[in-house]
Amino acid sequence: MTDTSVTGPSTRLKWIAGVMVVVYAVVTLMPLLWIVATGFKSGPDSIAYPPKVLFAPSLEGYVNLFTTQTRQSAEYLAANPPQTWYEEIVHDKNMVITGPSRFGERFMNSVIIGFGSTFLSVFLGTLAAYAFSRFRVPLRDDLMFFILSTRMMPPVAISIPIFLMFRSLGLSDTHAGMILLYTAVNLSLAVWLLKGFIDEIPREYEEAALIDGYTRFQAFTKVVLPQAATGIASTAIFCLIFAWNEYAFAVLLTSGNAQTAPPFIPTIIGMGGRDWPAVAAGATIFLLPVMVFTILLRKHLLRGITFGAVRK
Amino acid sequence: MPETAMDRAARATPPRMARRIRGLSDRAVAWVFVAPTVFLLLAVNIFPLIWTIRLSFTNFRANRPNAEVSSVGFRNYERILTDPDVWQTMQATAHFLFWTLFFQVLIGFALAWLINAKFRGSNFWTTVIVLPMMLSPALVGNFWTFLYQPQIGLFNYVVAFFSGADPTSFTMIGEVALAPWAIVIVDTWMWTPFIMLICLAGLRSIPPSIYEAAECDRASKWRQFWTITVPMVLPFLMLAVLFRGIENFKMFDMVVQLTGGGPGNVTTLALIDLKREAFEKWRTGYSSAYAVILFVTVFGLASIYVKALNKVKER
Repeated sequence: MTDTSVTGPSTRLKWIAGVMVVVYAVVTLMPLLWIVATGFKSGPDSIAYPPKVLFAPSLEGYVNLFTTQTRQSAEYLAANPPQTWYEEIVHDKNMVITGPSRFGERFMNSVIIGFGSTFLSVFLGTLAAYAFSRFRVPLRDDLMFFILSTRMMPPVAISIPIFLMFRSLGLSDTHAGMILLYTAVNLSLAVWLLKGFIDEIPREYEEAALIDGYTRFQAFTKVVLPQAATGIASTAIFCLIFAWNEYAFAVLLTSGNAQTAPPFIPTIIGMGGRDWPAVAAGATIFLLPVMVFTILLRKHLLRGITFGAVRK
Repeated sequence: MPETAMDRAARATPPRMARRIRGLSDRAVAWVFVAPTVFLLLAVNIFPLIWTIRLSFTNFRANRPNAEVSSVGFRNYERILTDPDVWQTMQATAHFLFWTLFFQVLIGFALAWLINAKFRGSNFWTTVIVLPMMLSPALVGNFWTFLYQPQIGLFNYVVAFFSGADPTSFTMIGEVALAPWAIVIVDTWMWTPFIMLICLAGLRSIPPSIYEAAECDRASKWRQFWTITVPMVLPFLMLAVLFRGIENFKMFDMVVQLTGGGPGNVTTLALIDLKREAFEKWRTGYSSAYAVILFVTVFGLASIYVKALNKVKER
């Protein structure tokens, strides 16, 4: 036998494949790079024709994103010179900063609801997954299928009664309500993924611990949990990404108080038309964590997106 | 087997007591562990579903909670199924579903096949390609409205650059003929990597020995592709299509941000229409019936499909 397999692709084929994939990747990346670039453009640069690839970077978009401004007369501006670099940026456009915008709040809402619901769904999901993996739960297969099927329900379809339910329980537009809702939506994914991870941990470890006098609960916390740590972490990231990106429930059930960033960012409007640099800046800040997480998740990505159906 | 820290820790704890109650506590533990999940899912999914079914037989309006509610029997269902606008919506949904799946399967499979050649750097580029599908669909839809701007948009500029057409001569999201394709393009951009990843797993599950055997039998590469590669990847591909099909039937966020269902209602997909009926026109009873019909449709189609999938797997 030689080193190279007879059936493997030839060097030339590899080369062609590589070029084609790289071309696709570059094309697919363009819109993303465009978002990031637009965030650093000045207003006129962002809407220039032809679209500008090279431009003088500006933080105008980010300043607009985080602040509210009003236009002022030339005399007022002359009498009140800008104190900081961000005041200077708006000063050049005859504007003054009047206060922070709502973006910070909305972003924090996303963080609170995202992490809250992720913690809860992974916590409950781990318990349920362990029970499904190790015990003879009556109707186990039916229950597992039921848990999966809840994911098939379109959010808009169940949002009518949830809207009514939340209204009567006083949960409309609250963090608690949204955390509860996202927890329920993510639970199905958490249970299915975690069951797969726990199934892979040999039962012998716990059995040894049980024989040595551990209670079931101790065996679970001291033996199974440490072994499942990687699985739990990647499940958590999947839940977090879902809650982070969710739009339908957020737009239907929140307005002032608990609104997250996805429904908010598209509503950013500048003076005289959409303020694209600000929208792009908001999108960049919001999308960046997900990109980082995706790269961290590489190994478990497939498993996560297919509910554990494809494992490799 | 080497002694682990766990084994040592386990031996250090006192035995006896625990062993006696174990049989009973197992069952208790199982219930305590499963109950919260099942309870929460019942409360947030099944209870609302039953409520929706109940509402679907009434003329209730959520913006008038104090008005008298009366039962209307199957009237809501009748009105939906005979409404030409609803059928137009269904057509838009079908168009979107068919073409997104068509392009995603085609490009996704091709990409997976190319990546499977394992050229240098293929892992890195796979991660790059995967990025769009992890992003917030609403923000993606929103930003694509910018890329689709007639003059200043990158998309129009690039298309014009390569085709020689005037970039201001077409508006992807403003024209009746183009808007349905505008949403197909964005969805394909976003979700092709999903199909690709699953196909790649399928391709990697094929043992090389099969190809070696085929090579010994002097089967041509073309024949190997159709008699080994395609049938072996098919169950994976079908699974990917199932996931995407369900997701795209439920499509709401990306399209609502991109076109808002317009122009007219050519991109009004089922869920966008439902949202309008429920939260803009506040026809709660009517839209509940609508939701039930959509849910039954997706559930029914998915079950039929899963049966077909299992048949393919058995072969």
